[in-house]
Amino acid sequence: MSTLAKTPHQVHPARTFDVERVRRDFPVLHQKVHGKPLVYLDNAATTQKPLAVIETIDHYYRHDNSNIHRGVHTLSERATEAYEKVRVAAQKFLNAADSKEIIFVRGTTEGINLVAQSYGRKNVGSGDEVLITAMEHHSNIVPWQLLCGEKGAKLRVAPINDRGELLLEEFERLLGPKTRIVAVGHLSNALGTINPIREVVRMAHARNIPVLVDGAQAAPRMKVDVQELDCDFYAISGHKMYGPTGIGVLYGKTRLLETMPPYQGGGDMIASVTFEKTVYNRLPYKFEAGTPNIADTIGLGAAIEYLNELGLDEIEKHEAELLAYATSRVETIPGVRIVGTAREKAGVLSFVMDDIHPHDIGTILDNEGIAVRTGHHCAQPVMQRFNIPATARASFGLYNTRAEVDALVAGIHKVREVMG
Amino acid sequence: MSELRELYQELILEHSKKPRNFRALESANHKAEGYNPLCGDHFTVYLELQDGAIKDIGFQGSGCAISKASASMMTQSLKGKTAAEAEELFTKFHDVVTGHAVGGEEKLGKLAVFSGVSEFPLRVKCATLAWHTLRAALRGEQEAVSTE
Repeated sequence: MSTLAKTPHQVHPARTFDVERVRRDFPVLHQKVHGKPLVYLDNAATTQKPLAVIETIDHYYRHDNSNIHRGVHTLSERATEAYEKVRVAAQKFLNAADSKEIIFVRGTTEGINLVAQSYGRKNVGSGDEVLITAMEHHSNIVPWQLLCGEKGAKLRVAPINDRGELLLEEFERLLGPKTRIVAVGHLSNALGTINPIREVVRMAHARNIPVLVDGAQAAPRMKVDVQELDCDFYAISGHKMYGPTGIGVLYGKTRLLETMPPYQGGGDMIASVTFEKTVYNRLPYKFEAGTPNIADTIGLGAAIEYLNELGLDEIEKHEAELLAYATSRVETIPGVRIVGTAREKAGVLSFVMDDIHPHDIGTILDNEGIAVRTGHHCAQPVMQRFNIPATARASFGLYNTRAEVDALVAGIHKVREVMG
Repeated sequence: MSELRELYQELILEHSKKPRNFRALESANHKAEGYNPLCGDHFTVYLELQDGAIKDIGFQGSGCAISKASASMMTQSLKGKTAAEAEELFTKFHDVVTGHAVGGEEKLGKLAVFSGVSEFPLRVKCATLAWHTLRAALRGEQEAVSTE
């Protein structure tokens, strides 16, 4: 039998996006919760995994498990080849210029920390500034705060309007001679806002300031082209794009990666080691210390292949229709207010009910089999900006249906009924 | 649905909408802040302790129906109690909401209405937030308590 960590489960693309067929690829969806069919609307937290991913990981451990980049034996060769194939798949997925610009990390959070600790510590000094936006996830705030705290630098925050849109003029005004890097989310996990990355990059590059993009929420929802965006770094998480947890990708432009010191030391990231001096490995291995998460990297490869076969254009269209439908239905429920009404928006429907706390909404919806996230969504400054403690958030994935939106709407009515 | 009704009993809903002793005590000589970073619930508990007893008690803050009702009913049940009695009541309350009670619920009085929480493990933190905060206030701890 073939042993090269192939995808055992084949997806046969239909001419049009068929959500019922797609749902059959996800075993976890077919269960009842509290006696009701599961309605999984927490995709911004993590997505479910198609059989293609589950079986690929299973296959790897059954047939190919070995360490990579060392050993001349057959299993090591197979594992190495499968692992490196994913690098090329990720390069194509993001349209990076070269596969050495693809660094495997644990997820978006680690990708951002890598840039903050490596690029940031080298290039940000006392009195310098790092510019982020008011809609960032904690993972795109705290790594910069740590850096700024260590270096005596200042974290600047570009404001947003009441719709949850970045104020581009304010952003541009905050780009100053002291700004050393810009870090901005592509798609807000709390509000659904899609940021105008090309404009942000153009403004920053006009002042020779590099831009990191947190792409965790965008990668599963729209075609990302890092060369077209012209961003300098782009970080994504496997588990938010139907792949495994514990694996993600940091894209970086070669020119910048070459100048950056290693993030962590260990095996695989070296060319030679003596007690006097270590010569670091070339890109991308300089940033991949230690035995990596091989199985989940290969699982991520299966997720990328799955998304490619369905087509991100089709997925984007499907989710846009769902979001429009959900918005039109939820906004007409008395006492419900949608938080985050950007004109460019995807995937996320955050809402509050006038006198009912989101936590109570979450419990009652769960009792109806509906999984939503409630809380601050790791974006406390966003909650402060809208002067609310928390929201309930429905976030959509490629397998969600209009019937599930109807279930959500019925669930919200149930919340009102229970809470009086 | 019956489990939900057990959780959101009329008395709980009523207290969540009209919390009692929902005020900052000017006479407070002990106070503490508690928050649940997971859901953003945040309360301050104020105590006026005299000769080891709770002469007056109040709270302020925001949270879900369970946490707010729990705080409200806690303040009602503790007026006049000694610190030791308050600690004892918390232990009993904790046993009930976590489903570990082995009888003795009658001593809780109206607080027994929270027994439905035991079917919702994720909501135990909501029901006990005010109590943890109370304990910190009684013990004079300066740090804000967190349920995480």
